Amino acid sequence: MRAPRSSVLGIGIPLRSLLQRFALVLLIGASFALMVLGRVDTATVERTRTGVMDVVGPVLDVLSRPVAAANRAVAEVRDIMFLRAELERLRDENERLLQWQTVARRMEAENVALRQLLSVVPETMPSFVAARVIADSGAPFVRTVLVNAGHRDGVRKGQVVMNEDGVVGRVVEVGERSTRILLITDLNSRIPIFDEDSGLRGILAGDNGDSPALSFLPNQAQVLPGNRIVTSGHGGLFPQGLPIGVATARDGQIRVRPYVDLHRLEYVRIIRYELPLLAPAGEERPVAADAP
Amino acid sequence: MNTSLAERSVVVVRNLIPGLATLFLLLLSVVPLSTPNSALVLPPFALMGIYFWSVYRPDLLPIAAAFGIGLMQDILSGGPPGLFAAAYLGVHAVMSWQRRFFVGKAFAVEWLGFAVMVPPLYAAVWLVGSLYYLRVLPVGEIFIQGLLALAFYPAITWALGRLRAAARI
Repeated sequence: MRAPRSSVLGIGIPLRSLLQRFALVLLIGASFALMVLGRVDTATVERTRTGVMDVVGPVLDVLSRPVAAANRAVAEVRDIMFLRAELERLRDENERLLQWQTVARRMEAENVALRQLLSVVPETMPSFVAARVIADSGAPFVRTVLVNAGHRDGVRKGQVVMNEDGVVGRVVEVGERSTRILLITDLNSRIPIFDEDSGLRGILAGDNGDSPALSFLPNQAQVLPGNRIVTSGHGGLFPQGLPIGVATARDGQIRVRPYVDLHRLEYVRIIRYELPLLAPAGEERPVAADAP
Repeated sequence: MNTSLAERSVVVVRNLIPGLATLFLLLLSVVPLSTPNSALVLPPFALMGIYFWSVYRPDLLPIAAAFGIGLMQDILSGGPPGLFAAAYLGVHAVMSWQRRFFVGKAFAVEWLGFAVMVPPLYAAVWLVGSLYYLRVLPVGEIFIQGLLALAFYPAITWALGRLRAAARI
């Protein structure tokens, strides 16, 4: 099978193995040097990464399409199987939501009236870019996904990523055509949060598990399981009030179960949000100036 | 002249098959597969490719290719750069050194070899990863990945074996 590759001279094989051993030592050295570089000079590593991501992105895009189609087919079958139960559930939910709608309408009207009374500066509505997930991290220790939108679509580092259920994560690396998103469950994810029910603020810290932990709360005891956790908008990275998840208690620690099923991401929205303070002073100013 | 050129290009393409197959396995392992429950951990298909080719054709999957594929995995995953590059170098070095023991033996021996190699490899990956992030990383997912690797090994090597037979390499 394998043709002997020794040269006419007898030194062929020993020289070859010596070279290979040298290459092994050299490459192992290179690997560890890269790891050190990854910690020290993150900018260079990031540039290289985004470059490679842009090249491999289209291939992954094509590869992920049939898989996504298969996933959808499986979901379809499952939906048909549970159609009856689902219908029942939705009827109940609809009934409940209709009641909420009445409440919400009344509150909205009241809110508009009060805002007008106080001349509140209207919040800017952020726009968004829709993108498809083309790759999972595929490695342990990391909770990231790649999506097929990048710098040319207006994606910038630090932007928040959502889907229809809530916050997914934030943009950490932006290539020309692809973007890496750090999920809220990743070890390195830290998000300023606000507990809508208790009014407390804290930090949501990922630990690679399914439910990230709450930390830096002034008084943990007041965050009860079932409370709704949203973004607080502190630090200016995220807009305020985006839904993240529900508080749960596990092993004496307050954790948050995300609204988003992070195992089934297909399409996401990258929110193009500009910090109100940094936005150029524009049309809102005169409204505020009119205040008595 | 023409035929020799054609023959030579066939040989070149054939020699690239192990590298390309392993690269394909790597891409396969990052495809977003949405299954319920802790499915963000996919089997490390590329590892099986590296193991397989360094036993059967280390000359066609040289050590630099193992390094490149590992580095590619690090880049795609967003993890520590160089971590899996070093891991795959280790696998390649050990397997191409011990390959005589496996070639021509029953499949079970090859599988057992893989099973023996995976735990220390992942222990090393976990250790280096923990040092990189300066914190103790969770062990659970790496354990699951190791088990998945063992479970998927027969299927992947069967496919690679067929490929090897078809390409006559």
